[in-house]
Amino acid sequence: MDAGQDAVSIAPRSRGRRRWRLSAQAVSWLQVSPLAIILITFFALPTLIFLVVSFYDYDRVGIYPDFLLDNYREILTSPATLRVYLSSLQFAFIVWAITLFLGFNIAYFLVFHVRSRMMRTVLFLACAIPFWTSGIIRTIAWIPFLGRNGAFNQMLQGVHLIDRPLDFLLFSPFAVCVTYIHLFTLLMIGPIANSLAKIDPALLEAARDAGASRWRTMVDIVIPLSKTGIALGSILVFTQVMGDFFVVKAMSGGQSASIVSQLATEIQAMQYPPAAASAMILVLFVAIMVGGMMRVVDVRKELVR
Amino acid sequence: MSKPTDGPQAPGRSRRTVLQAALGATAGSGALTGFPTLWAQNIKDIVIQHAGPPVTAIGLIADQATKDLGFTVRMQASENADLLNRFLSQSSAIDVADVSLPFLKYLVGRNVLQAMPRAKLSNYDKSIPLFTKGRYPDGRVASPQGIAPFGVLYAADAEGKSFVNGESEWLHGIPAVTNADTLGIRPDLTGRPVTSWADLLDPVFKGRAALQDQPTIGTIDVAMAVEARGGVTYGNKGNMTRAEIDRTMAIMMEVKRSGQFRSFWTTFDQSVNLMASGEVVIQSMWSPAVSAVRTRGIACTFQPLKEGYRGWGYVLSMMKHLTGLKRDCAIEYANWYGSGFQGAVIARQGYYSAQPENVKKFLTPAEWDYWYDGKPAAEQLPDPFGKPAIKPGEVRDGGSFDTRMGNVAVWNSVMDEDRYLTRKWNEFITS
Repeated sequence: MDAGQDAVSIAPRSRGRRRWRLSAQAVSWLQVSPLAIILITFFALPTLIFLVVSFYDYDRVGIYPDFLLDNYREILTSPATLRVYLSSLQFAFIVWAITLFLGFNIAYFLVFHVRSRMMRTVLFLACAIPFWTSGIIRTIAWIPFLGRNGAFNQMLQGVHLIDRPLDFLLFSPFAVCVTYIHLFTLLMIGPIANSLAKIDPALLEAARDAGASRWRTMVDIVIPLSKTGIALGSILVFTQVMGDFFVVKAMSGGQSASIVSQLATEIQAMQYPPAAASAMILVLFVAIMVGGMMRVVDVRKELVR
Repeated sequence: MSKPTDGPQAPGRSRRTVLQAALGATAGSGALTGFPTLWAQNIKDIVIQHAGPPVTAIGLIADQATKDLGFTVRMQASENADLLNRFLSQSSAIDVADVSLPFLKYLVGRNVLQAMPRAKLSNYDKSIPLFTKGRYPDGRVASPQGIAPFGVLYAADAEGKSFVNGESEWLHGIPAVTNADTLGIRPDLTGRPVTSWADLLDPVFKGRAALQDQPTIGTIDVAMAVEARGGVTYGNKGNMTRAEIDRTMAIMMEVKRSGQFRSFWTTFDQSVNLMASGEVVIQSMWSPAVSAVRTRGIACTFQPLKEGYRGWGYVLSMMKHLTGLKRDCAIEYANWYGSGFQGAVIARQGYYSAQPENVKKFLTPAEWDYWYDGKPAAEQLPDPFGKPAIKPGEVRDGGSFDTRMGNVAVWNSVMDEDRYLTRKWNEFITS
């Protein structure tokens, strides 16, 4: 008796084929499992550890299992927390508004005004190529440009627009905003261009035929149909700004802090439990904000459209 | 031909010979001492992992040690907080380490280090009294503010679990590297002489001053300035009470609101660029950063100030897990470390060895005169890697070893109230 016959005797051919046909439910589970495993091991578990550690006691060198609310109390009662959240929200709002304006217009131009497919690809690449270098390099590159004796100040002085260098250009909220906008505008362009491309040009023609002005077409057709992209872009930009560490630190010259840079100072001082508590509060805060945006636009429904 | 011709290697070679002779002796007496006769072969396979910050864990030191000692030394460099993390979480992957004096406060009693027997440390007696006796080179009692070396050098016993008042037979590490830090200035842009820490807060430099973005060092530097300005005194600037922290922070926030600070730097490069670009004319700085600005041809002075320096130091410590042969090799390496070659390498970047007289043999007279004696450079002098660094006629800022190390007002520190200080520092930065 060989192995093949053995198998047959255990599972007759007809049943054997059916055994491998998984139920629809099992297929779905299998499909989500790779992402689920990644999210659980690299997101859910670490977050859970942060949550646990955020209640721990600590001293200079160790953390000690405990259930203390002190870490949260210290964060929530410190004036620094409110200031840093307000300043991050302010940055997030300004950057969101400007990147949305820029991103929407650039995407609109790329999708509706650039006729040649080739040209569109080239222009998209032109937007994307700077992103092949690291964000850190693109951030630091602004420093010699905006500095007191930097290229921009020298240029302005060269054409006699100013007679002494402008100090506010670097190590200031202005510098932070410029860098954010430079870094994050593509995050708006991508999703918005994607939703714009899905709009049937026939709809626009119909609107024009029906006598709608450009503005009405924009407000009643283009914007409502691209709101998924707008929402996705907004979420990307918002979470990037709220979670930023490097840009604020480098471009404000350490003059203002971000939520994460504050957390980093705690980690450098080996104070993990308060850092974990700050991280939990940040995660919760961003989750609520993103949840709010999702309520305005049902991204899931729109994506399968 | 059998004699080494180049001076600096000679003591190392002879040390190796001594060690080999010792090995031979042990091998000869074999079973009696308990050492296997294979000892001489075994040491070839021994690898000592040396961890430290990038400024002291320099590859060419490990290479020379490997050549001189007959076993392998490997350097692992990581930045401050990472290094401390590695000590605390994976100390078994490290054998010996450059431990900064404040780190001893974190590590002692944590089962990370073991004490070193004073009697076996051949360079103990050559170590400067600032470390071993708490005295300046001229014999005066040194400032104990901050984490002063004398206060943390000695261990209570072989276990090394606690500090001890005064001297003992056990050390938490052999004194290795030290220096005195001060403010860096751009003499061409300050427009007037800078002589006191108080100048850091002088409104004349509004928008052109910077601090290191590090809670303890940043606060100590401001405290030096506040005290120099007059009216406020501290019990111990390196270990403030909550009231002192509050008072200092209130002043710092006021100064920050007035626009005094252009920036707070985190990395070496940032401090160099701030100074080189002229964004900042007075700031907390490290001595290699001052040299880096100068190598760009820009005037930069590590300005001696009348209130004194902020000192810092490293000891070479041995990790807990070392036993037997490997422990012997680690002690042998510690003895080599203080014997001059390492001190000469770091001297060329402006750091002092804790055993200066050993270093003298490894420096040319011109180098010794410039780096240690504060005399003008007689010829062009190299950096640790042999690139020309000092032009003939240049004089080291702050003068001789004795003048600089004899005027340390406060040591780098970690305060008892560091938890509170970190919170307040975060409030300061966000204000």
